[in-house]
Amino acid sequence: MEIWAKKHILAIKELSRQEIEIIFNLAKSFKEIAQREVKKTPALRGKTVINLFFESSTRTRTSFELAAKRLSADVLNFSTSSSSLTKGESIIDTIKNLESYYPDILIIRIGYSASLEVLSRYTQASIINAGDGKNEHPTQALLDIFTVREFKDDLKNLNVLIVGDILHSRVARSNIFGFQKFSSKIRVCAPPTLIPYEFEKMGVEVFYNLDKAIEDVDVIIMLRIQQERQKLSFFPTLREYVDNFSLTQQRLKKANKECLVMHPGPINWDIEISSSLKDKLHPLILKQVENGLAIRMAVLYLIGTKKKDL
Amino acid sequence: MTSFKEKTKLFSSKDIKRIIYRLAHQILEKTPNSKELALLGIQTRGVYLAHRIKNIIREIENIELPLGILDITLYRDDLTAIGPKPLVKETKINFDIKDKIVVLIDDVLFTGRTIRAALDEIMDFGRPKRVELLVLIDRGHRELPIRADFVGKNIPTSTKELVEVKLEEVDKTDEVVILEPVD
Repeated sequence: MEIWAKKHILAIKELSRQEIEIIFNLAKSFKEIAQREVKKTPALRGKTVINLFFESSTRTRTSFELAAKRLSADVLNFSTSSSSLTKGESIIDTIKNLESYYPDILIIRIGYSASLEVLSRYTQASIINAGDGKNEHPTQALLDIFTVREFKDDLKNLNVLIVGDILHSRVARSNIFGFQKFSSKIRVCAPPTLIPYEFEKMGVEVFYNLDKAIEDVDVIIMLRIQQERQKLSFFPTLREYVDNFSLTQQRLKKANKECLVMHPGPINWDIEISSSLKDKLHPLILKQVENGLAIRMAVLYLIGTKKKDL
Repeated sequence: MTSFKEKTKLFSSKDIKRIIYRLAHQILEKTPNSKELALLGIQTRGVYLAHRIKNIIREIENIELPLGILDITLYRDDLTAIGPKPLVKETKINFDIKDKIVVLIDDVLFTGRTIRAALDEIMDFGRPKRVELLVLIDRGHRELPIRADFVGKNIPTSTKELVEVKLEEVDKTDEVVILEPVD
């Protein structure tokens, strides 16, 4: 028997190592369901799950949607482009309105960092964070760590390098918090303008030179250059960024032999990663997608079957 | 939490062995064409019983029966009602159950709710020709219209008592005991 006490999943930072292990053990069992003739189990039958995306997303939203459906929940998709938010309704009003449907779980992606705690006051439902501004993206980090664990027996003292737009990246923050819980060693590498000042205090090693940073690493997580957030110039030209921070065959040779390269997607080929590495990366990225579904099923299951507080 | 103490020891290791041999023979008696058979053990102790039956049938018929593992947690009818979460263990059926005569195996038959869940789960893997139920102990108190085809032993119990099946593979010993609450 496992004890699961959390009502919401808002941040990796708030999860204990033991809670992460519970999620991983479940995800391991859930992977098998995809192989069945009927890819569905009745665990969340009669539960209402709302995908509430105030920012665009394809893979996270579809992954959550399929995960909820595989557990037999009813799923409602709500995204800004097709909603009354474009007509000027506020986020809080939107949540209050949805409350009339008595949802059990809200999966929320939102542009404002660390805003979900506030939103949770306006709903009885549990909230799962699907990305909140620059703060966290817990399920992405969970699936990254889970995927690494399938290849590496022990995460302790593993050298994990995160490259790219650290400043705007909730994936980076969640991964740092997550891998640190398993005592991995974290390095980050980017132009100085893309690394927040406080990161050195988080116990990570900061590099501005990829050739140096990559030496002896076991895992590389490449982040997408978020061109939609690049209104200000953080580096002179894209060309210069590619020259200094793109992952190439040549650079990868300096990493450890069995080094894993991961990317949360979508990839800008020949910007973050040289397209000559496509064949090497594809199997792992597909594995991340497969594991992402299992992780999200696990999270939905734990939150959705939690006994209601009276 | 109520604590329990041993009331009676029902079976020793030898008894269990005899019973399992008889059950294996009964399966073959009912389905002489053993090629149609497949075994499905319910986690956790049903799986070990299934392995034992598989070994005995190999001994008798010289045939390797397909054996699957079923974890019914996700199909329970009380998932939101129970506080601590039961662990979701492995489910593994790597053969086609379509048109097979599936012998579902569990240690104790009680309310029948586990079997209801197992039947639902089996159907999600395909359409077997027939499903039969084998249990080591039938202790009564059914809450659903379910009965076993092969029964090791019928044991009348009170609802307050517990029936505990211990198997060598997990519990280091083979025995069946009835526990009663300490007042």
